[in-house]
Amino acid sequence: MAPSTLTAALLIARKDLAIEFRTRTAFFSAVVFALLAIVIFYFAWDPTAVAAVDLAPGVLWVIFTFSGLLGLHRSFGVEMADRAIDGLLGAPIAREAIYLGKALANLVFVAAVQVIAIPAIVLFYNMPLAGRAALAVAAIALLAAIGLTAVGTLFSAMAVNTRLAELLLPMLSLPFFVPIIMPAAQATARLLSGRPVSEAASWLKILIAFDLVFVVACMLAFPHTIEE
Amino acid sequence: MNDSTLHSHAPPIAAPHAGTRGGGPDWLFVAAALAVAGTLVRAIWFTPIEAIQGPAQKIFYVHAPSAWVAFLAFGIVALTSILYLWLKDWRLDCVAESSAEVGVVFTTVVLISGPLWGKPIWGTWWTWDARLTLTLFLWFIYMGYLVLRGAIEDRAMRARYSAVLGILGALLIPFIHLSVYLFRTLHPMPIVLKPSAPSLPGDMLTTLLLSFASFTLLYIALLRARYRLATERDELEAEDRT
Repeated sequence: MAPSTLTAALLIARKDLAIEFRTRTAFFSAVVFALLAIVIFYFAWDPTAVAAVDLAPGVLWVIFTFSGLLGLHRSFGVEMADRAIDGLLGAPIAREAIYLGKALANLVFVAAVQVIAIPAIVLFYNMPLAGRAALAVAAIALLAAIGLTAVGTLFSAMAVNTRLAELLLPMLSLPFFVPIIMPAAQATARLLSGRPVSEAASWLKILIAFDLVFVVACMLAFPHTIEE
Repeated sequence: MNDSTLHSHAPPIAAPHAGTRGGGPDWLFVAAALAVAGTLVRAIWFTPIEAIQGPAQKIFYVHAPSAWVAFLAFGIVALTSILYLWLKDWRLDCVAESSAEVGVVFTTVVLISGPLWGKPIWGTWWTWDARLTLTLFLWFIYMGYLVLRGAIEDRAMRARYSAVLGILGALLIPFIHLSVYLFRTLHPMPIVLKPSAPSLPGDMLTTLLLSFASFTLLYIALLRARYRLATERDELEAEDRT
């Protein structure tokens, strides 16, 4: 009996996460990359001119994007070995389920990296993140991660089939991350400086709208990227 | 599914322009080039110099129509991309490919002519104004589109992937516009001297309308020439396969 789309998606996500959990290569390289980037960014500015705390929201979202990209590339890369993708395509499941499963696994991956990277930024940049502000940043990070993985999963599926896979994924994705990074950074900066949530509301609306539009659009577009 | 059947029907299209291959000059292109040259002559010598901005304002007659053509070109990319995924007709993909390339050229013209005007008038080459930023991102998106096309060997896959990107790119534009607009209004720039579109005197308006018409004609001529190239390349590739 063919499983429902949702069940199939969960199965695929579990498969991807099991592969990642057993090897842990992409996860550790993404975490080490994030920590390295945090350190390098600190030295790229004159600390006597700009306080670390002022840089923190910007650094946070730049690192968020780039460490997210590391995991996305692997998403369909693992399916290329031994043409494992053919097994997935041959399964009696909807193509949308493959997309949803992959995107879900990527979302967990990106979230797991952030669970380490965000506290590291709080620590190294002296960011006053406690109580409600911490909750707000976590919520923004989740919204941003949904948009990032929605677009990134689709482009990952496309990029692995091209000659310039490693280069093409960031080149295609980064323009799409602008309406994610910009609202996320602006909302974070406002919330961290103690401004009321209403000031960040219009930014959050852009983020939510982006998530809705691109989750649906990318899911509809995905079958066209794997059609044989 | 559809692709593989189309694939076997090589050459993919019945060469409608076969008769013109290697023939005389592209008369439409010649006409368009003459029209643009005529418009520029009129703009430079026969249109009054703007009182406040001086001669720098003349760049407007290149900048504004190029921006219009760029938007038109990318609109056509989005439209043909949607239609391609639906109808799977090669010609639609060739139009999308050609329009994207011509659009990038005109976007480059916008991005170069803008700063040339901005320096004397705004006092700065670049400002992160909503429209400027959006144009820059248009350039990035469609450069990515062209690179993607170049990176895929398989003809059917190239058509499908670029159609997907052509549609997503069009969906992205309102989001970029909204966020850069919000970004700018929350952080007003010190030197945004944006006159609220003064009603143009008759001479200038005529020149402007002429420039829109001639640039649109140039777009059509370039699109047609580039489209022929795309279809002829497809035919050659189809011949190679057999």
